[in-house]
Parts: sequence; C-alpha cells; structure tokens
Amino acid sequence: MEPTPQNRPPRAAALISGGLDSMLAAKVVLDQGVDVHGINFFTGFCVEGHTHAIRKQDRAKAKRNNALWVAEQLGIKLHIVDVIDEYKDVVLNPKHGYGANLNPCLDCKIFMVGKALGTDVLANGAFDFVITGEVVGQRPKSQRADTMPVIAAESGAGDRLLRPLTAHNLAPTLPERAGWVDRSKLYGFHGRDRKPQMALAQEFGFTDYAQPAGGCCFLTDAKYSGKLADLWQSRATRDYELDDIMLLKVGRHIRPAPHFKLIVGREEGENNFLAGYRKRFVALRCVSHLGPLTLVDGTPAADDLHLAARIAARYSQGRSAPAVTVEVKQPAGEAETLTVTPLPPTELAPSWHIGAA
Amino acid sequence: MTCHHLDATGLLCPLPVIRTQDRIKGLSAGDELEVTATDPGTLHDIPAWCRIHGHAVLEAERAGDACRFRIGVGGDEVRG
Repeated sequence: MEPTPQNRPPRAAALISGGLDSMLAAKVVLDQGVDVHGINFFTGFCVEGHTHAIRKQDRAKAKRNNALWVAEQLGIKLHIVDVIDEYKDVVLNPKHGYGANLNPCLDCKIFMVGKALGTDVLANGAFDFVITGEVVGQRPKSQRADTMPVIAAESGAGDRLLRPLTAHNLAPTLPERAGWVDRSKLYGFHGRDRKPQMALAQEFGFTDYAQPAGGCCFLTDAKYSGKLADLWQSRATRDYELDDIMLLKVGRHIRPAPHFKLIVGREEGENNFLAGYRKRFVALRCVSHLGPLTLVDGTPAADDLHLAARIAARYSQGRSAPAVTVEVKQPAGEAETLTVTPLPPTELAPSWHIGAA
Repeated sequence: MTCHHLDATGLLCPLPVIRTQDRIKGLSAGDELEVTATDPGTLHDIPAWCRIHGHAVLEAERAGDACRFRIGVGGDEVRG
C-alpha cells in the first residue's frame, strides 16, 4: 500500500444523504480500514426534517434525521454543513442546466464533491478522497457514464473521487491504485435496478433504511419548482433567502394577481409555522368561523385585501355561510376586520394555484 | 468548566444541530452547553449527534413548546 502523505490510515469524506446507496458506499470502504467521516450538506431544499416539523399530521410519525441515523449505524462521525448561501449559485446559475424541474443535479453533485474534499471539518488535516453512492446509469442526468467523469473533473476531485458501488464500471481511482482500497472488494452496479443494493444491504445486516432512491431535494418536485419559478417571476429577480424557500414548502400558494399572493395554511401545524411570519406579512384570520391563517405576500391594495379575505373565507368552516368576518392584521400590528362573502369555488381560477400540476 | 448557552428557538432541523455542532467546536472539554430549541425533532437529532461525536447529554427535556438540552462537551480527541 502506498502511504498517505502523513503516514496514517487513509481518510475519506463520504457524502451521506441518509439514503441506502450512500450508506452502502461508506460501509464498503469503512470495512477496508479507511477512516471514513460522513458529510451531509444542508442546502435549504432538503426534504429531510422541515416538513416533518411543520405539519402536525407528520409529528405522530417516528421522526429521525436519516443522515444522523446512518452515521450512527455505521459508527462514523457526521458533519452537517450549512451551505445555504454558497448553494444559491448552484441553483441560480447551473452551468449544466436543470433536470425535469429546477433541480440542478449535475451542478449540485459537482458542488458537493468539491466542497466535501475541501471542507475543513477535520481538526488535523484534509481528506484523501471522497466517497459517493453514485451508480452508473441510475439517474438520468447526474449518474450517467458520460456525466460522472464531468463530476470528477469539475469538482476538482479528479481521481480522488471513488464510487464504491459502481467502481468496476469506471477507471481505477487514486485510492485503488495506491492500495488504500482493494478494488476487488468494490462493486459494478449499473442502472436503475435496486436489487443489488438491497442484496448488499441484507449482506451487511441493514434491515432498516430510508426509502431507496427516494427524493431528498424539493427542487426535484414539480409543484415546488413551480412555486420557486413564480417567486422569481413575481419579484423580477432570480434570488431567494432561506425564509422564502421555507415558505414555499408550506400551505396553498394562490396568486390572484401579479403583485400579491396568498399562503393559506392547510392544517394546524402549518398555521403555527406561518404565525411566525406575521411580523413580515399581512396576516388574515377568520374570526367568525374556524379557518386557516393566511399570509399575503406582495403589495396588495385595499381591494386586493378584500379579495384575499374572500379567498381566506373560502377555506374556512364558513365557506357556505353568507358572510364571514376576517381579521386583517398588518405587519406592524394594526388590525381591521372585513365582513365578506366567501369566494365561490367557481370564481377561484385554477391558474391562481401556483405550482398546481 | 464553563457554561454556555445557545438559543436555537424558531429554527427547524437540522439547523439546531448545525448551530450546536458549530458552537461546540469553539468550546473546551468539560464545558457545558445548554441548548434551547422549539423543533421537537431536536429531541431525537441533538442526542443522536452527541452520541456520534462523543458528547454527553446530561439533560434533555421538553416543557411546553420548548426543548432544552444540557450537553457535556467531550474530550478533544472526540471533537471535530
């Protein structure tokens, strides 16, 4: 074996998403005596965590952060890295474009591999190589035979990027050539078939793992991407803050006019979450009937607030009543009440629903 | 031993874990960090992160909407 620069066991950063493939990839290398550290990047678009915390109906389910859970099962450390600001450039200016929705999968993987190799989470040095759970042919854009070398090259990792599950389909990397990892103990998985991964999981004794190949990023979701595109269009600029992309995960988004939209809570958990934004947005709440909390984003005029109140009333328990009283509260705290006729469903144009499939 | 406090209220997971992780990096072995959060997911995630990194959860409790943790910072060899 070729010694690592500091004459110590080779050290690898494993991208851990919380799914099965990255778990298996880390395990394969860990079992070869490599010092493996898990890296998990928080972009703000991660499905993990937020929606479970927001929606009350999800709170009854056992909740765990799957990346932390995987690290604990493997007995490795997990470093969760906040990349919200840096990641904006990946989302806003993807060199390789988007997938089916606003998912910049190829640029995302390039970013994460490069970031993992250069991360400074270790107190005593750098990583020698990066491990991912990628498999040739598994994803239409980022995991193809012709795009996987692009990730290695453009991330700066070059041949320090090891894909243990599909290594036999690729040229030997530095960890293999140097003898840090035994290539014969790696795999040649290929394509979208999940059976090889499930068989390997069984071999390792992993009986409980997150849904294989499950989406972990909201940007792959058509409805979410539709809401993000609407946000950019309404503001005439392609930019966002964390609160913006958080709010896109919550409620019904209804835009009756270009200059304002409503975010209508769908259940108690979402209402509670939206309540945290009452000092930033006009907030509507039905006071004569039970109903959702509704935020108004944009620059609504008085007439617009009247229409917004009618829409909010349409989602209250007074939807069939002749009149519903709605409190309209400004961000600074001043409030007025409007008594309105709930908007009939026939007057709520389908095109107002942002992100509707 | 020094006691420190981290207010992670209003943040949703994994941000309270990230803030805890980043704060502990600057502390010394034997210090204590008290974390207050509101995301109930922290009741699972913060203890899991502490177990992985060799820190001791001395207390973890939920009172109303608030989750409170008292963490004993582990030795340098387990940090990072």
